[in-house]
Amino acid sequence: MALTRNSSPHAHGPRSTQWVMQQVLIATVPGLIVLTSFFGIGTIINILIASITAIGCEAAVLKLRQRPIGFYLRDYSALVTAVLLGLALPPLAPWWLAVTGTAFAIIIAKHLYGGMGFNPFNPAMIGYVVLLISFPLQMSAWLAPSGLVIDGTVAATPGLRDALQIVFAGNAIDGFTAATPLDAFKHNSGLLVENFYQQTPQFNQGRWAGFGWEWVNIAFLLGGCYLLGRKVFTWHAPVGMLGGLTLMALFNYDGGSSASNGSIIFHLLSGATMFGAFFIVTDPVTSATSNRGRLIYGALIGVILFLIRSWGNYPDALAFGVLLMNFAAPFIDYYTPPRTYGHGKSGTIIHRSKED
Amino acid sequence: MSKIWDIHGGIHPAEHKALSLGGPIRTVPLPPTLILPLSQHIGAPAYPVVGVGDKVLKGQLIAAAKGFVSAPVHAPSSGVISAIEEQTVPHVSGMKAPCIVIQTDGNDSWIEHSANPDYRQKTAAELVALIGDAGITGLGGAGFPSAVKLQPRQPINTLIINATECEPYITADDQLIRERAADILIGIDILAHILGRPERILIGIEDNKPEAQQALASALKNSGNTDNAGAIEVVEFPTKYPSGGEKQLIQILTGEELPSGKLPAELGIVCQNIGTTHAIYRAICHGEALISRLTTVTGQACGKPGNFEVLIGTPVAHLLKEAEFDAQRCPKLIMGGPMMGFALPDTSVPIIKSSNCLLATTAEESPPPPPAQACIRCGHCAEVCPASLLPQQLYWHAQSKNYERLEAHHLADCIECGACSYVCPSSIPLVQYYRAAKGEIRLIAEEKRQSDRARARFEHHQARVEQEEKDKAAKREARKLAAEAAKAKREAEAEIAAANPQAALDASPSAGANDSGELDIVQAALARVAAKKASPEDQRKRFERAIETTAARLQKAQQVLAAMASDDSAEQQIKRDQQRASVEQARLRHQEAKNKLAAIETDQAANGPGDIAAKPATTNTASADPGLDRAAAAIARAQKNAAEQASMSPQQKLQKQRDALEKRLGKAQTRLAQAESEGSEQVEAFNHAVATLSEKLKAADLELASGSQDSGPAKVQTHTTEDSN
Amino acid sequence: MTELSSLELLLTAVLALVALATVFGVILGYAAVTFKVEGNPLVAQIDALLPQTQCGNCGYPGCKPYAQAIVDGEEINKCPPGGQATIDALASLLDVPAPELDAEHGEEAEVKSVAYIREDECIGCTKCIQACPVDAILGAAKLMHTVIADECTGCDLCVEPCPVDCIDMLEIPQTLADWHWQTPLPPAERFARANSDSNIIATDRAA
Ligand code: SF4
Ligand code: SF4
Ligand code: SF4
Repeated sequence: MALTRNSSPHAHGPRSTQWVMQQVLIATVPGLIVLTSFFGIGTIINILIASITAIGCEAAVLKLRQRPIGFYLRDYSALVTAVLLGLALPPLAPWWLAVTGTAFAIIIAKHLYGGMGFNPFNPAMIGYVVLLISFPLQMSAWLAPSGLVIDGTVAATPGLRDALQIVFAGNAIDGFTAATPLDAFKHNSGLLVENFYQQTPQFNQGRWAGFGWEWVNIAFLLGGCYLLGRKVFTWHAPVGMLGGLTLMALFNYDGGSSASNGSIIFHLLSGATMFGAFFIVTDPVTSATSNRGRLIYGALIGVILFLIRSWGNYPDALAFGVLLMNFAAPFIDYYTPPRTYGHGKSGTIIHRSKED
Repeated sequence: MSKIWDIHGGIHPAEHKALSLGGPIRTVPLPPTLILPLSQHIGAPAYPVVGVGDKVLKGQLIAAAKGFVSAPVHAPSSGVISAIEEQTVPHVSGMKAPCIVIQTDGNDSWIEHSANPDYRQKTAAELVALIGDAGITGLGGAGFPSAVKLQPRQPINTLIINATECEPYITADDQLIRERAADILIGIDILAHILGRPERILIGIEDNKPEAQQALASALKNSGNTDNAGAIEVVEFPTKYPSGGEKQLIQILTGEELPSGKLPAELGIVCQNIGTTHAIYRAICHGEALISRLTTVTGQACGKPGNFEVLIGTPVAHLLKEAEFDAQRCPKLIMGGPMMGFALPDTSVPIIKSSNCLLATTAEESPPPPPAQACIRCGHCAEVCPASLLPQQLYWHAQSKNYERLEAHHLADCIECGACSYVCPSSIPLVQYYRAAKGEIRLIAEEKRQSDRARARFEHHQARVEQEEKDKAAKREARKLAAEAAKAKREAEAEIAAANPQAALDASPSAGANDSGELDIVQAALARVAAKKASPEDQRKRFERAIETTAARLQKAQQVLAAMASDDSAEQQIKRDQQRASVEQARLRHQEAKNKLAAIETDQAANGPGDIAAKPATTNTASADPGLDRAAAAIARAQKNAAEQASMSPQQKLQKQRDALEKRLGKAQTRLAQAESEGSEQVEAFNHAVATLSEKLKAADLELASGSQDSGPAKVQTHTTEDSN
Repeated sequence: MTELSSLELLLTAVLALVALATVFGVILGYAAVTFKVEGNPLVAQIDALLPQTQCGNCGYPGCKPYAQAIVDGEEINKCPPGGQATIDALASLLDVPAPELDAEHGEEAEVKSVAYIREDECIGCTKCIQACPVDAILGAAKLMHTVIADECTGCDLCVEPCPVDCIDMLEIPQTLADWHWQTPLPPAERFARANSDSNIIATDRAA
């Protein structure tokens, strides 16, 4: 009788990598819905283009690397990268933007580093940064959220037909664009925050942090809470990031002078804050390893985010913050190992090994 | 109820315990053969004290403990020892190991054994000895000899009884407690007595065994005979794997962490499995050695799973039959639980002392592991690790075989519980990586130890050889000086003797301290002559020996030189010259020895009759045995022969290595012939020698062909040196 | 005027660079002296990595002389008992690329072995005792000899001198005590691929 022999354990939990990736995909749904309701069909088109590109690139590279294609495609990791990038791109961006970004993310940022699990940098963010640096104009052309009244006209998002024409045929979308709240705030020159809020349509029609965007952030927060509830990741990285951002905002908020850097709630609910906190910072592959490390990792991203938002050249800085900290993750790991059972207080790995 | 603590991590795998909890403990019919591995425990294997064909009785000692950490083995039933041989044993490697096989006779008759129900009259040492002699080892899975654990060097304040049984499927302890709680309590009392009545006795049990808890509680109430019943406490805690690990249980019950590399006794704690306490009760109160245990047989591939009282050594196949095992449905048979157990190679292996469970799984229950994906560093493994390690980092370093980093990440503290592999969404066989790395680290450490030893021994050897060389050189120098002095003396002596023989003779009897030096010299010379006369045979032998050794040395030096000849780099040239010098030296010494022998022989020839008379006398007194006589004569002849051979061939020897070998071969053949004609015991050895030599000769021939350019100059060189001397 | 100012500029730059260089030079020099790590002499470090079989297969009369030779520029791939593992360790110590084992000096044995003297055939010649570099053979002239298996490094040197060829090199069998799990194959090898030379990414190559 031929009996199988393998090392224990002989039981396995219900989770699989596929399951983890599926959960992430599910959790993006609320954000996607709100984005679509404010900015139209563009985001969905982005995601579709990115997904098709991602799967195509993944399959091609796997074939080149002579790996089983079906086996690796089924881990959904390429799809997650595509969806995250698609969500981050401005709606109704030209099709080649999504294609270039995704292809770069999958081929260069992921596979050239060894494929899933080996990439030191978050592929979606690499793709995003490449696009931001190469095509700043297209990358900053955000639609006005539908329903926003600017100078008496109510912004509306184009229908499917128009949208397709804009994306694929390159029709102009000028009439519909407007500065994002972060952009607008950055260009505040000389007004007290209170007055600025009253004068700017993005803010005077919004509730806390700019029309439309605040709801987008809340939707991503919701998705993040779902992931936390399913224990896909621990609270450390997102809480770290939001905490870091909050503290920076707190220390730098002067009550609303013209040189103000924005209130806490403004920072928490604008731009890519929540999306980043729950979908990017939590990417396990590229973040720090231990819980303590993840807390620090997240917090530093929050700090960098605030620094660049307030004093940098770019209105939002999630991608830069994440990539910078991707660099630092091994370093953080080095100094934050957990305290092993039966060992004294934890220090760095090297110090402890010297003691032993 | 006392406070409990939580452990880090842990998982909640499906329990499947109900499967085997249907009925009472079942018995197994006596199997026709019992296979008893000599190593069923941690520590040195036992050694058999019976032989094949011996009749043994149930409970009889068949293999004794070897060393302190070891455990004896007893016959589980009466019968005949049919073999002591290598058999496949239940071990994770699936390898074979020495086992004693018993053919049972069906009588199951006990050996005489004595019970000690009044154990409280005995001392701790006596009880520990009884437990050790009963071969009791931890029944929870690891199999550490219990007696060793019961001799702590530190005072014990807490006795922990492990009734956790946290692995899925296994219910042996649960069932045992339900049915034999009273016996278990007596076992615990024995332990408490041995350990000097510790302050606390905690029975740790998971909250998924309410019946067992109930049984313990009521037994505790009923037991009037234990005066420390108050100290015993049944502590219930939430079910979580791996809370049954010794370190984890200590943390749950006391809140203390066992420092890495320390034993529980150092915290004043002793841990025992609850099954072990029952075995201890049987050993002390009934005098029965550990020959049976409770084993859970379960899994979907068993028609009638349950708990069985099974004799140690029962083949797994025999036991599985009782549980209506369906081999067709079972792709994997596991001994132990699904988390830490190991897969068996086949069903011929026996149940051993530590086999708490036999898990026959169907393909659906324990599917073959899916192909591992890349680690996504999700950290789920770190979340569940009870040792608070970073399994993903360990995995990373294990993969790259970076043992230094692994040790820095405390690989050694991994208890191999498998929680990390269980949750890993990429189904990486993490524990296998750790086990491999641990094994490799052990191996490297062992190799390091060995190589350090070898280095020390080599250095010592080197130093010794050097010292010997130095001593020899010093002696040589001394001898040379002595020889010169002696020569001078002899000359002086001869002169004196020639000039004034009468005076010399006259002076000798009254030689005083203040007499002239000349007289002394004469006396010494006379004494020497006398000594020579006294034992010419001894002298002769000594020189013969000297010839032999010098010949050997010469030969060796030549060999080295010949070996060197095949390499002609610059340094080799210098070394070769040195070697040549030493060859020459050896040759000279050889010559000297021969000269001396020749001198003696002439001496003896001169004193012919006396010598001949002396010879038979010595041999006769030496031994009355004619055989030995013959041998001695043969040796003497062989020696003489060797001397002759040697004296014949120095020049040729210097010519070519090959010639030397030929000579040696010839010599060996002569020896062989002589030995044969003498009927000596060494015929065999000489035969070998001849064979080897002819082989070597062939090799030398070949070598010669390659190194012929070199041997020319070498020859010239030696000749010159010889001439100059 | 412009000429002068550009000259000034040049001077300032040069001076600034000189000043910087001086400061850093001093710092580095100080650090080099203060934080100097006293290491083992290189020979001892290399010797520690060699397997101490003392077999002389490398062409030197023992491991230490070979260690010395390596320091003097000898190749690091001449030790068959140590095999690739030793070569790798030496390469990482000396910070050079690891070469393959030089087959000229012998092959790496799969299993370690020890010498065993067939004792009833031993004639007690002491030749093996003299050959053994670690004094692992016990015996006296005309008395049977035996190998202390624990001390034997398996160097083979005693086999040749034996005049009656009664020494065997026996492989050490694996026992339960030293069995251990093997590391699972890396993913690249788990997926049997048609042509392993065509890996386009370095990490795909079999480790
Ligand atoms: S659980 Fe598996 S995939 Fe996740 S970090 Fe641990 S080893 Fe990697
Ligand atoms: S097997 Fe080792 S690393 Fe994995 S969870 Fe258990 S103790 Fe931690
Ligand atoms: S006994 Fe033989 S093989 Fe072993 S170390 Fe000594 S010479 Fe080498």
